[in-house]
Amino acid sequence: MPHDTTLGTSVQGNKKMNINLRQVMRSPLVLPLVGLIVVSVLMGFASENFFSVSNILNVLRQVSINGILAVGMTFVILTGGIDLSVGAVMAFSGTICAGLIVNMGMPGAVGLAGGLLIGLGLGVFNGALVAWGRMPAIIVTLATMGIARGLGLIYSGGYPISGLPDWISWFGIGRIGSIPVPVIIMFLIYGIAWVLLERTAFGRHVYSIGGNETAARLSGVKTQRIKLAIYTISGLTSALAAVILTGRLMSGQPNAGVGFELDAIAAVVMGGTSIAGGRGLIFGTLIGAVLLGILNNGLNLVGINPYLQDVIKGFIILLAIYIGRGERR
Amino acid sequence: MLEMNGIRKSFGKVEVLHGVDLEVRSGEVHALLGENGAGKSTLMKVLCGIIGASDGTIYINGKERSFANYDEAIAAGVGIVFQEFSLIPYLSAVENMFLARELTNRLGLLDRKAMRKRAHEILQQLDVDLPLNAPVSSLSIAEQQFVEIAKALSLDARILVLDEPTATLTPTEVEQLFKVIRELRRKGVAIVFISHHLEEIFQICDRITILRDGEYINTCDTADVDNDRLVEMMVGRRIEQSFPDKPTLPEDAELALEVDELQLSRADPVSSFHLRKGEILGFSGLVGSGRTETALAMLGAHSHAKRSMKHNGQEVNFAEPADALAAGIGLLPEDRKGQGLITSFSILRNISINNYGKYRKGRYFIDLTKELTCTVDAMAQVSVKANGPNDRLDTLSGGNQQKVVVARWLNHDMDILIFDEPTRGIDVGAKAEIYLLMRKLTELGCSIIMISSELPEIIGMSDRVCVFRGGGIVATVEGDDITSEKIMTYSTTGKLENAA
Repeated sequence: MPHDTTLGTSVQGNKKMNINLRQVMRSPLVLPLVGLIVVSVLMGFASENFFSVSNILNVLRQVSINGILAVGMTFVILTGGIDLSVGAVMAFSGTICAGLIVNMGMPGAVGLAGGLLIGLGLGVFNGALVAWGRMPAIIVTLATMGIARGLGLIYSGGYPISGLPDWISWFGIGRIGSIPVPVIIMFLIYGIAWVLLERTAFGRHVYSIGGNETAARLSGVKTQRIKLAIYTISGLTSALAAVILTGRLMSGQPNAGVGFELDAIAAVVMGGTSIAGGRGLIFGTLIGAVLLGILNNGLNLVGINPYLQDVIKGFIILLAIYIGRGERR
Repeated sequence: MLEMNGIRKSFGKVEVLHGVDLEVRSGEVHALLGENGAGKSTLMKVLCGIIGASDGTIYINGKERSFANYDEAIAAGVGIVFQEFSLIPYLSAVENMFLARELTNRLGLLDRKAMRKRAHEILQQLDVDLPLNAPVSSLSIAEQQFVEIAKALSLDARILVLDEPTATLTPTEVEQLFKVIRELRRKGVAIVFISHHLEEIFQICDRITILRDGEYINTCDTADVDNDRLVEMMVGRRIEQSFPDKPTLPEDAELALEVDELQLSRADPVSSFHLRKGEILGFSGLVGSGRTETALAMLGAHSHAKRSMKHNGQEVNFAEPADALAAGIGLLPEDRKGQGLITSFSILRNISINNYGKYRKGRYFIDLTKELTCTVDAMAQVSVKANGPNDRLDTLSGGNQQKVVVARWLNHDMDILIFDEPTRGIDVGAKAEIYLLMRKLTELGCSIIMISSELPEIIGMSDRVCVFRGGGIVATVEGDDITSEKIMTYSTTGKLENAA
């Protein structure tokens, strides 16, 4: 390979050149970061202790459940799919977890494992139907949303299941040092997701399916298995969010998480991930989730009608998708 | 009736029609004949206003016309029945015929009676009888075609273009269609008939216009020509692209792939072929003759009715392309942008998409340094022209994009590569490079199946050629038998006219 060295050096030289403004501006993280900074500065003016450590930790704690749901959602949206069942799966998983412990007298650890298994199972269900059943994700997960919600309500009779052992609350309101446990769990999940997406072949395959599924399949990517995996991940993150929710509320809430899919999708698209798939970064989702959290928090502070907040969120999603749309040709 | 003069059309810098003439009289069935890519469809799209011509004039009934879109062409009495029907399967024949220009009564409601009556009249003119109210998806292909024709006629089409109308018809249905065409001719409609089947052209057409590589070749009366003369005009003597020398394969070269039986669907013929080590096997045939489908079915990316094959002497059964990849068989699809590449990704990501086994770290993780060096290596081997491995694919030329696909498989130490239309949309210089690359691959012990619609390429590159027609292989030629005439005759008629 006589060209090897020359090309090698030209690549090196180019790498330096690549760190120019245009390259940076094209990163999908730019717009979300700008949004985050603008909103933070505005909040800083509105409330003088916004930038205090305790308030920042507080915002992160509030964000954690949606942030975790949005991780699974990022995997799914990166392949060009969508998961509408995350909120309902979370509620069902939490209800079963509490039910196992309170109604059936199981040890706490078994309850938690049961809840996680529910999330995993429903994720596998979604994934199998989308990948092998060749059914559209939006309909499959919409159906799962109804099924999970209904099963949770049937199991609990519609009432919260309380009477959990005290230590469960550690997941919801505990702290390690001064940092809330949910925030730590969230960051851990983001770390794992980053490794999966950026440092493993699995992650590259996720992106490639969103970029061009036919090309990926013809190049030898096992597209169906990858799809099964990403919906399973989404089910699992929903169940992990349920653990925090259960710890925070100290009960299994069959009615929790209504509309959470909207927030999770909002976090993902506000984080710069293309709704068509193939493009986006997991830390964009984190920024999106935090941005959404600050907005929620801020809209409360300013005293905007809470019903109006959903309307604003809806428009923010549309805006984020509109901006992201131009980046694909 | 219709006169097209000196029609030119360019896509970007590439001119695909170089001044084509076509003159069709009323009450005439006029064949438009040419190889794949000769420019027939493009010419018809210009006629219908679907694409604009770069130069040239169109006269209809002596008046100069130019259509900005299809609607204007329809208004001027031009109708076209595409290869792919534009019918809505769940609507009935009547609903389809009056789609988007439904007749309404005084209340603004659909006047179903009037539409039905009108549809019935038109079909009666054609002397066709078909269920008017059943969804068209329940009709036969021929009947659907009649609905398309009737739709065009209901728009008062005086010029009717039929683009390969017989491609999917059974012989009886073809007879039915020809009856309708004769009826239309009697009524003075000017018909442009596109078909690859020469015997049909002799059966139904009055005159023939031949195109080759976007060039107007000739117009002649059907009575004045025969099969051989037509093939000669279609194939012609063209400027030879330079191809690398064909090395002679040893007679006893090992078999890399033996396909004993491969049937796409029950109605299709059963193909069988083999591929020797270091050989380039050409898959020739017309568009839609089953070449690509056969290759995809081998890899498990297309359905098949029957399949049994051996790879390096071992029985194999691939369920999906990933299995074929594991065995060392890869495909370079014909539609690079749609099926081969992820154009919004970088060169690096595109090349490494199926190569992660090669640079792993700690079993599950990607070794980023190795990924980069391997990619740069592979790029250098096929000399991709780019700033670096992080360039996005959509910034590269077609030739360079194709090289990226080659690099992807090169990186993989493949045993068998299937090139589907390897040089489509690539300029001459880059073509030569791709050809050299293919030869280099065979020297390294790789075996190649090359699917191509370009006869010179098939002839210049292949050690042997399988000719496809109607969903399967009809003949395999080798050595001195690889001539454009022979291949063209097999692909248009399925047999040699005067075979011994």
